[in-house]
Amino acid sequence: MAYDLSRYDGFSPDNYREESPFKIHGGCGLMGICDESGALMSGEEPIRAMAVQRDRGNGLGGGFAGYGIYPEFPDHYCFHMMYHDLRARDEAEEILRTRFTVDHAEPMPTRPVRGIHDAPILWRYFMTPRAEVLEELDHSAEDFVVSTVMEINARVDGAFVASSGKNMGAFKGVGYPEEIGHYFRLEDYAGHTWVGHNRFPTNTPGWWGGAHPFTLLDWSIVHNGEISSYGINARYLEQFGYACSLGTDTEVAAYLFDLLLRRHRLPVELACTVLAPPLWSEIERMPAERAELMRSLRAVYGPAMLNGPFAIVLGFNGGMVALNDRIKLRPLVAARSGSRLMVASEESAIRTVMPDPDTLWTPRAGEPVIARVKGMELPFHSTLHATPAEVSCAVTAADACHELEEVAV
Amino acid sequence: MMTAATSAPPLGVIEGYRQVTPVVERDGATAEVDATGVYFQQLNETVRRLVAEGATTVRIAGVNGQRYLGAGLAAPGVRIEVHGTAGNDTAMFMDGAEIEIFGNAQDGVGNTMSGGRVIVHGDAGDVLGYGMRGGRVFVRGDVGYRVGIHMKAYEKHVPVLVCGGKARDFFGEYMAGGMLVLLGMTGRDAAQPIAGSFLGAGMHGGAIFVRGTVEPWQCGAEVGISEAGEEHRAALRPVIEEYAAAMDMDTAEILAAPFTRIAPMSHRPYAKLYAPM
Repeated sequence: MAYDLSRYDGFSPDNYREESPFKIHGGCGLMGICDESGALMSGEEPIRAMAVQRDRGNGLGGGFAGYGIYPEFPDHYCFHMMYHDLRARDEAEEILRTRFTVDHAEPMPTRPVRGIHDAPILWRYFMTPRAEVLEELDHSAEDFVVSTVMEINARVDGAFVASSGKNMGAFKGVGYPEEIGHYFRLEDYAGHTWVGHNRFPTNTPGWWGGAHPFTLLDWSIVHNGEISSYGINARYLEQFGYACSLGTDTEVAAYLFDLLLRRHRLPVELACTVLAPPLWSEIERMPAERAELMRSLRAVYGPAMLNGPFAIVLGFNGGMVALNDRIKLRPLVAARSGSRLMVASEESAIRTVMPDPDTLWTPRAGEPVIARVKGMELPFHSTLHATPAEVSCAVTAADACHELEEVAV
Repeated sequence: MMTAATSAPPLGVIEGYRQVTPVVERDGATAEVDATGVYFQQLNETVRRLVAEGATTVRIAGVNGQRYLGAGLAAPGVRIEVHGTAGNDTAMFMDGAEIEIFGNAQDGVGNTMSGGRVIVHGDAGDVLGYGMRGGRVFVRGDVGYRVGIHMKAYEKHVPVLVCGGKARDFFGEYMAGGMLVLLGMTGRDAAQPIAGSFLGAGMHGGAIFVRGTVEPWQCGAEVGISEAGEEHRAALRPVIEEYAAAMDMDTAEILAAPFTRIAPMSHRPYAKLYAPM
């Protein structure tokens, strides 16, 4: 896709002033770490894991997301915002204050770092949705937050939501990840789960909003690869009210997980199967019931399949999921040390944080690696549903599922 | 307002590797290099300088992911020991040195290698021996996806790659020459089959030997599968002897099982596909 980006309809030059319209081929680097005991880790750990993977990126994007980092406001939605200018901030704040009660707002704490420049205006807001607005719109709080994010990203020129979850936040920008982490003073935060990313932009511009992770609600996605099905995925997501406006393919992965896990209530294993389904030739060799389930998923969720090479890590409040494309075209290594589960693009990143892990392995193509913080309620169905009937009741309503279980008993 | 972390705040940006010359200790023709936290460029420059100065053994400690170790090294008789995790593209373009890795190797080891020998005592990652055209790669443990992809041979230059453990999909994909051997004797996951799918897919030269059997569905459409006969086992024997010596294993034990030989049915599998109508 080596076309002139300025001619692409989806980009308004005003919106993307920072973009660098050139293309360099390369990889990206990523990491994810979760302490399943819920113990907190300093933001320095993910920085160290990304710093040894520096050569996987080129300084045009670095970022992190941490979970459990805002114990003072655990039940508030925290919006990390990026603004081009004060006008954009005024416009976005107008939307936020109309829809939410803002209990605390402040500039993001940063420090000057050599190599980090042209930063947007960075603010964060701890908020709760206004009950009367929620009632009027007849939205769940989550859908209300999603529509607010879509509205700001798509309609407010020069304002972007970097993250919008509870007790979590994304810290990202143009630079190497270790510089971005230092810039955002990540050592001042402590979280049970972290994801990190080093970007080597290939098809889309390197700009602050386009750095990874991409987030929505509690979900954060870091991604190495390219999603060649972006067009199909984006059109599919539009039907469900997701506007892809950030100019990077990874955005669709974050919204797909939100659709599959939160709205359709698919168990996480099956959501991963939707994104990286087995080949038809593999399905033919499966036991009949499993094959029927796989065929159903491919029939229902064909447009949600991610085509092209990828390794992704999905972070959420309560753990993380790492996943490769179905023919393993990007690197991913996993390890466990005590209660900590870690994944990264390179073994060196893992050994920097856990020099002598209990086990270290390379996950198979399309086989998710899942970490869950003990005692935390998961934002999705956690058990694997084995039959199409169970899946469809998972998709339609949780209650139906419970009924089914009762019948089974 | 934030929860204070336990560690002291860093003075500057955290560095993954430092751009410094590594500490070297010389003892005659042996050199010991401490690679801990040293950037790959300075590390490789030091290794090349030591070889140019006459070192025949270079022992590198504290390796963790530094790339390109021994890349392009045309130094027969030189032995490099790597202690730690060897980085991507170790031994890339190498022509005539020996690299022995005491640890795991990341992706792309032996990429387009022309000669010499690489011994990995742990596991090796994806695209091991990519486009390899000479020399030997011996791995004790498991290997990743696309191992030996597009290996090729010409006259005396015949690359050989032996894996003691198990391999994932696309083993020997587009293979054009040389020998790939998969033993499945050391794999860590007993439930995993010895090889994944698409074994020898698009293969049009060379031979793959698998200790034991593979299912036809595991193999590409372009290959023939047969039990290795006397003639082919005779070709395999010296390779296994060399591997067993390097790994301190027993040749007889390795050869005690039948081997499956996978070889192309055609040297031009796609001739019809791309021929003018």
